[in-house]
Amino acid sequence: MSEFDPGEVPSIASMTDQVRPVPLGMAVTSVHFLGDTAHFIGAEENVAVVGGEGEVSQTPVHGGAILCSVSDGERIVMGGDDGKLVALNAKGEVSTLATDPKRRWIDAVALHSDGAVAWSVGKTAFVRPAKGEEKSFDAPSTVGGLAFAPKGLRLAIAHYGGATLWFPNMAAKPEFLEWAGSHHAVTFSPDNKFLVTAMHEPALHGWRLADNRHMRMSGYPGRVRSMSWSAGGKGLATSGADTVIIWPFNSKDGPMGKQPAMLAPLQARVAVVACHPKDDILAAGYSDGTVLMVRMEDGAEILLRRNKGVPVSALAWNAKGTLLAFADEDGDGGLLAF
Amino acid sequence: MPEPSSQKIPVTVLTGYLGAGKTTLLNRILSENHGKKYAVIVNEFGEIGIDNDLIIGADEEVFEMNNGCICCTVRGDLVRIMDGLMKRKGKFDAIIVETTGLADPAPVAQTFFVDEDVQKNARLDAVVTVADAKWLSDRLKDAPEAKNQIAFADVIVLNKTDLVSKPELAEVEARIRGINPYAKLHRTERCKVELADVLERGAFDLDRILDIEPDFLEADDHDHDHHHHGHDHHHHHDHGHGMKHYHDEEMQSLSLRTDKALDPTKFMPWLQNLVATEGQKILRSKGILAFAGDDDRYVFQGVHMMLEGDHQRKWKEDEPRESRLVFIGRELPEQAIRDGFERCIVS
Repeated sequence: MSEFDPGEVPSIASMTDQVRPVPLGMAVTSVHFLGDTAHFIGAEENVAVVGGEGEVSQTPVHGGAILCSVSDGERIVMGGDDGKLVALNAKGEVSTLATDPKRRWIDAVALHSDGAVAWSVGKTAFVRPAKGEEKSFDAPSTVGGLAFAPKGLRLAIAHYGGATLWFPNMAAKPEFLEWAGSHHAVTFSPDNKFLVTAMHEPALHGWRLADNRHMRMSGYPGRVRSMSWSAGGKGLATSGADTVIIWPFNSKDGPMGKQPAMLAPLQARVAVVACHPKDDILAAGYSDGTVLMVRMEDGAEILLRRNKGVPVSALAWNAKGTLLAFADEDGDGGLLAF
Repeated sequence: MPEPSSQKIPVTVLTGYLGAGKTTLLNRILSENHGKKYAVIVNEFGEIGIDNDLIIGADEEVFEMNNGCICCTVRGDLVRIMDGLMKRKGKFDAIIVETTGLADPAPVAQTFFVDEDVQKNARLDAVVTVADAKWLSDRLKDAPEAKNQIAFADVIVLNKTDLVSKPELAEVEARIRGINPYAKLHRTERCKVELADVLERGAFDLDRILDIEPDFLEADDHDHDHHHHGHDHHHHHDHGHGMKHYHDEEMQSLSLRTDKALDPTKFMPWLQNLVATEGQKILRSKGILAFAGDDDRYVFQGVHMMLEGDHQRKWKEDEPRESRLVFIGRELPEQAIRDGFERCIVS
């Protein structure tokens, strides 16, 4: 594959020379910030912690593949194919939160801002509140994804045939939101009004929680593997197409009857997206290795990394929005300070 | 970026009715000193007597695809497991998926046809069915699952042959051949089979759709095999001459051939329409085609309604330009298929 040729696209500004290259030396699947320190999650065994000077140190967390990870900025919680649920904090302390007695895979994890953690093993979703006893719920089929609602202790569980909303601390019957097909990742809008799942087919499905009205968001050439809410929850940016697809959620109807914005087209698929936590800016990583920063208002692009052929797999901002970290599947990473 | 086929991890689907000996075969594969490492997806933990951190428990969840096609089913759990396994790429050489005794192999196979991410990293190698020589004939009468597994197979390991007499063995083989004359058949005791006979078969590799001929006939024309009918000489040798010929009322294979060129503008719509309308009945299909005005061989294969095909290579000078198709399925509308095929021949 040829290198990106800036001559062909003279309009793109570039900040590639300001990126600090971070060779991680392992396959990477995602990245999270704890404070201002980037933590790159390896495909197997280790988290690579990158210090302020770009120095890389590896922290062993799992005895096999790291299947899922989530962070609240204070800690990272990961599930592995070793049947362990593991937490890593900013001090570098690793603790095992749960171990599956049969060493089954921990497929999905979610964190609540109050400290509650949820994880799934096969069909069973578990919740361990910050205080109180652990509870579990058996979904009708294998859990595809988990997400805590922004308000209250309420867990969304995606599975085949729809999603279930479960209040672990209430006796009420969990609410089942039905939609045919297999649902994987799930996310609540930050205003708690919408639930969106990424389906096995190349589409998203959404429900308006006030009346459970359906929202079909389709037209993707590939499966949506990355979703990110823009600042204030005005839009949901997604991967899966050769442009960043952003669905509007700034009205009470969400994206119903509306067209999404399509920004930053390239001749490669968007593999991962990360919206800036405060400004209407997003970063997008592509299947050819390109990383762009995109202004959502007008689609203006800044090149952060040229295409190197290997798909971008990890992309994250720190909470203040002053640092951006990214890496590709082969562990070729970068850090950029604004 | 899709990887070239050769770099994709081969996946062997291991089926067989309850008690046929799947676990025995699996243990044999894992314990043999072959220097390879297998990731094994099983239904029941604990049956495998080998310590291996790449043994994964599966839930065998069969999902309908959301495309309105009721036979487009996939194994949802496999999609998820393949995702996780790919994080350990390089730690294993091949994948074996064991199905439950009552499973239909189609959803497993279809998962490798329809899921883009699965397809990017892995390729289906073959469906291997372990059959119990003593009980298979009975199961073919009362268990539709067993019949499905035989019909779907690329390789059949006919196990427990030491528990039956030679006539009984000939009988069960004839019943298998009545359903699926194309699979490679191996007679075994305690699943003692060469690993090369069950692994790395390339049965779904379009480039290797060469041995479309019935396994037990070399020169004979399968379609008109009735001169063997009823002659049971109790021979025990590989090509089965003198074997009884059984016709299974429900599940059959149908082979078509012509040495006249096919019209691609007629053939392709006909084939697509055939699998769209009869895809539920058609378990497997394969073909090598000679199109008018085309110097390349065209090859295709399908599982139910899913087809994939491509130009394979130039026809060789000394090679007869002959088109051959095979369908294995349930209650196939034979005459309609034959008539439709005839109409695709350039007159």
